[in-house]
Amino acid sequence: MGIFDFLRARNTSTASVARERLRIIVAQERSQRGAPDYLPLLRRELLEVIRKYVSVEQDAVDIHVERDGEHDVLELSVALPDRTAPAHVA
Amino acid sequence: MTEFIVVTSGKGGVGKTTTSASIAVGLARRGKKVAVIDFDIGLRNLDLIMGCERRVVYDFVNVIHGECTLKQALIKDKRIDTLHVLAASQTRDKDALTKEGVEKVLNELRDEGFDYVICDSPAGIERGAFLAMYFADRAVVVVNPEVSSVRDSDRILGLLASKTRRAELGAAPVETHLLLTRYNPVRVADGEMMSIDDVKDILGLDVLGVVPESEGVLSASNSGVPVILDDEASAGQAYEDAVARLLGEQRPMRFLDVPKKGFLARMFGG
Repeated sequence: MGIFDFLRARNTSTASVARERLRIIVAQERSQRGAPDYLPLLRRELLEVIRKYVSVEQDAVDIHVERDGEHDVLELSVALPDRTAPAHVA
Repeated sequence: MTEFIVVTSGKGGVGKTTTSASIAVGLARRGKKVAVIDFDIGLRNLDLIMGCERRVVYDFVNVIHGECTLKQALIKDKRIDTLHVLAASQTRDKDALTKEGVEKVLNELRDEGFDYVICDSPAGIERGAFLAMYFADRAVVVVNPEVSSVRDSDRILGLLASKTRRAELGAAPVETHLLLTRYNPVRVADGEMMSIDDVKDILGLDVLGVVPESEGVLSASNSGVPVILDDEASAGQAYEDAVARLLGEQRPMRFLDVPKKGFLARMFGG
């Protein structure tokens, strides 16, 4: 490193930013890999149906497919709102 | 035994064709009988990189359609006897490639006693890219140390694991290697570019070779001489190492460190 290097404008390491961003997005995309194409739409429609009855957050429906031997298992979990919160039923 | 090797990446412009050409030359000059096929229908370029663009008479699609024999379409390299190029079609629609057609050509190459068939994939994940990887025994995934290239490579790794003949038959998976290109050790040292270890870590695969960013690559493509034939260029030497490793040799990685600077350059940050 030269003695005049401090004169150059320096960013904090953008390579480490890239690394962290990629770690997250690659892990997320791998977890969805091989899942049927209809999952995102199914998730959205389920959310709409649930919202007719319960007021839940946008990310309340978690859905994924797991392989269990010969079978594929569609696992669906819905996070309902806090019990103390007033239930909103349409 | 013929080995089918796909050179692929997902992202465009990372060096697939440069890599295909150099790997093909590297294998052929070891005496292996090699064919290298351009799967980029409509955007033929391998012929330019190999320096045989004026000798293309028939192409891959002509062979598939039975408009000529495979022998007529294979262009024999002028430098190395055992090396052959099959050019992509320039004018036809992308649907010209069919799984049956590709299989027929690859089977014929196998029957002709080729040791290696290098399939130069187009960018993207459309039909050409799919068919280039479908019959592969091994895959070289070309990746630049840059976010979009790394992400696309991971997508390709997923497809190699699920959409190939080996995956469908439940056979041994496609043997997959990473090849880093456009590597710039100075920028890595400055924290501006992801390192070989970063990429290895994120993708969870071993690296077959690291090709440094080098002027040699452009001058090689300018003159139609695959860069591996340029012994002076660091990129050429790096490809030579990669081919050796592909054949099972152990070689230390070169060109990962910042070139040593002289006293003045160190003082003034050259």
